[in-house]
Amino acid sequence: MAVAMRSVQRTRRIKLQVFRIIVFALAAVFFLIPLAAMVEFSTRGINGERTLEYWTSIVQYPDMIKAIIASVQLALITSVAMLVLLVPTMVWVRLKLPQLSRIVEFVCLLPLTIPAIVLVTGLFPMYIWLGTNVSDSILTLAFAYVVLVLPYCYRAIDAGLGAIDVKTLSEAARSLGASWLTVMWRVIVPNISNAILNATLLSVALVLGEYTVANVLLYSNLQVELVHLGRANAGVSIAVAVASLMFAFVLLVGIAFVGGRRRRTQSEAVTNLGKGPVQGSAG
Amino acid sequence: MKFARLTRHLGLAVVAFVVVTACGSTSSGTATCSTAKTATSASACGGMDALVAAAKAEGKLNVIALPRDWANYGAILDGFTAKYGIAITSDNPDGSSQDEVNAVQQLGTTSRAPDVLDVGMAVALANLTLFAPYKVATWSDILETQKEPTGLWFQDYGGFMSIGYDSSKVPAITTMDDLLKSNYRGKVALNGNPKQANAALNGVMMANLASGGTLDDISKGVDFFHRLKQAGTFVPVQATTATVKNGTTPVVFDWDYLSAAHGKDVPAWKVFVPNNAILGGYYAQAINKNAPHPAAARLWEEYLYSDEGQNLWLKGLARPVRQAAMEKSGKVDKTAAAALPAVSGTPKFMSADQATAAKNYVVAHWDAAIS
Amino acid sequence: MTVAGTPAVATRVGRPLLGGRRFSLDWVGVLPFFAYVGIFLLLPTAVVGIGAFFNADGSFTLDNYAHLSRSYVFKATITTTLLSLVTALGGAFFGALLAYAIVTGNPHGMLRRLVVSASGVLAQFGGVTLAFAFIASIGSAGFVYLFAQSHGFDYYAHGIWLFELSGVALVYLYFQIPLMVLVFLPALDGIKPQWREATESLGGNTWHYWRYIAGPILFPSFIGAVLLLFANSFSAYATVNALINQGSPVLSQQIAAAISSEVGAAEPGFAKAIAIEMIVIVTVVTILYTLLQRRTARWL
Repeated sequence: MAVAMRSVQRTRRIKLQVFRIIVFALAAVFFLIPLAAMVEFSTRGINGERTLEYWTSIVQYPDMIKAIIASVQLALITSVAMLVLLVPTMVWVRLKLPQLSRIVEFVCLLPLTIPAIVLVTGLFPMYIWLGTNVSDSILTLAFAYVVLVLPYCYRAIDAGLGAIDVKTLSEAARSLGASWLTVMWRVIVPNISNAILNATLLSVALVLGEYTVANVLLYSNLQVELVHLGRANAGVSIAVAVASLMFAFVLLVGIAFVGGRRRRTQSEAVTNLGKGPVQGSAG
Repeated sequence: MKFARLTRHLGLAVVAFVVVTACGSTSSGTATCSTAKTATSASACGGMDALVAAAKAEGKLNVIALPRDWANYGAILDGFTAKYGIAITSDNPDGSSQDEVNAVQQLGTTSRAPDVLDVGMAVALANLTLFAPYKVATWSDILETQKEPTGLWFQDYGGFMSIGYDSSKVPAITTMDDLLKSNYRGKVALNGNPKQANAALNGVMMANLASGGTLDDISKGVDFFHRLKQAGTFVPVQATTATVKNGTTPVVFDWDYLSAAHGKDVPAWKVFVPNNAILGGYYAQAINKNAPHPAAARLWEEYLYSDEGQNLWLKGLARPVRQAAMEKSGKVDKTAAAALPAVSGTPKFMSADQATAAKNYVVAHWDAAIS
Repeated sequence: MTVAGTPAVATRVGRPLLGGRRFSLDWVGVLPFFAYVGIFLLLPTAVVGIGAFFNADGSFTLDNYAHLSRSYVFKATITTTLLSLVTALGGAFFGALLAYAIVTGNPHGMLRRLVVSASGVLAQFGGVTLAFAFIASIGSAGFVYLFAQSHGFDYYAHGIWLFELSGVALVYLYFQIPLMVLVFLPALDGIKPQWREATESLGGNTWHYWRYIAGPILFPSFIGAVLLLFANSFSAYATVNALINQGSPVLSQQIAAAISSEVGAAEPGFAKAIAIEMIVIVTVVTILYTLLQRRTARWL
């Protein structure tokens, strides 16, 4: 029986590896070819020769640094605010108010159903008020951005929460005397760390790539400055687009690394805890 | 110790004395324009120097929808900042004229509202209540038909609708009907959607005139594009500098000064204006009634209509509104004027009513014609 | 020691007030969320919805909502819904496959981190530059097309489909698939390998595993992701506008025309009415999704 199972498992593993290779190969072809076309175009000179002049003109653009800093700050503020707002609320709804879950889900989907150009007309009165009474700074865009990232982050965190048994974990922690803060921070969050990481990645990527709301509100974030810069000529417009993608990618890989390192130590602790009695019982 | 403190205090006092006298001398030397917000001309403000001083005191200018590669606006923005030291915030470069007006209305009296606008005639005529009247120093050089009597709007530059093409990828175009031939299959695009963009609507009107239509009835133009679409010649993709350089849209209907800008990326780019369909269009300047920097806004207008500003537009291959007067006075930039695309014949311009009729027809029939 | 049927610990922390009625403080927990969302989302939505009742000059009118029955708006509604449905299902299917390929690898490995980061970037990549990326590769002057053409395969022989809805759908998949990967991975992470082993030890094969074990567990997250992809595609504007700049086949383009038209066709109230229509459509789809969730929850 055990031998038969082992050979079944081996064929399954081989089939799985074949499947993985095919999927990754197809994905690589589909996703890399358009990017390669952009890189080729951005290094193509007027007479077909290879040139880096469009790329070097990016670093010479004066307002770029200011815009990059503003966008990175916005990404940071938006991600933190989104997590603080969303994670406790979603856990709380799962535990205490399950009847509200559909409403929260719908509300979180709403920002995605309204095209940004219309949503911003609704945001104008609030931004005029903010501009005159609180602050005119570009960082006030974070208020709007938290709303814009809600749909994506809700879905990612919901998938994570659905994969763990929130009720049991929290009841166990509470019965051991933990406060709600401890339950959130030290029990739930480490278990959905992947989901939180994905939500953060989505949120940072959205803020770095956001153009419409900032543009209509006449703020100058990274994408708005890139469009300015791209008007110089065709090569520059594509070079800045590729540069923007690379910048976001490097930033996200950095975040994924930091998140990954924390996860490794956490999960090692958890698995070490769990290894005790279970491992002892043999089949 | 005590001596050091004494010299430091003395030094500070000297500096303060110098600063105060310096400040004092400027303020007593020239009058400042305190009523910039309602000034209807530079003289009403106390003279050009007063206007310049008031503008410098404001220190900033907000402009909107002025892409750097549109009629050489990049050089104009840089020239203004270099001459007066006033920083310019240039927002929403891809915005349409309507977007400019929307921003003015929605941002009201906040400090980020646009100070000045550069809009198409249809939008200018529909939004007079948003503008402040102002007459630039060279007001008399502008024809009566090209300005509003009290100065609410005044035309700035214009050009003729043209067909730009990459002569290395398609054969030379000598008449509009050449486009119906098979060697242009999949290669012709409009700059924008005629239900939305001024340039595209004028493109359809030019095709209309070249097909034997009149300014009052744009149906032949819509029909022409319908035939182009049926033949597979017309592609609905948005024509950008990138698609032109890449070769996806080697033939584009656009204003001649915008089309000429493609010459940067495509050495073999040519601009063709049909002899029987010279359709001109001018844009107009206006000052926001609630401009957060009223003196800077007025100074900007003065700069645009000075010889320097007008010649910069000429370098961008647009036809500045004072061109005729400058040719008479000899101040025109002769090399730039010679580089303009050659046009032989009398240009036609759509009146406000004709533009409205064209718009109504296009809104009703365009989508069906090109799908 | 517990009495049968009652939990060992009190699970409700309610404080009895006057009269002994337990006042549930549970609602306080969701207050920050609803307050924030109320100000920055529901209020702007209300501004939009009410704004649709007014003309550009400020007079009250029902015309804007009445104009939703215009034939081109109706056509655009059908087109947008179909396009969104196809790209949502296509993106969900291929995205799920890719996510599965990722999750069956090393969870702390380099590949996973790189692919997840790349998905984050590409999920938000769109607009004119994404359209150009496809134009430059498979477009009529792109190297893929020129290569195919020189080998006898002219795939634009019957028209350039890249600039039609089929092309737009393909381009949409470029950001729908990475989005699916990111929102579906956490659900796949919850699949325990013991379930597979248990299935096999009971004599089940791959089909049984997916049909009876993993499938039903993943289904809620899967269709939740489909809903997200649908809404994402439904309101997308810049990408389709770059590819099909004429004809406004999609609702978001109709809105843009009504807001930004500089030839005099601007109708801001009408734009808001179309936006409300879009919200209504997505609400209807959400209700269908909720019903589907409830039915399939019975399997668990």
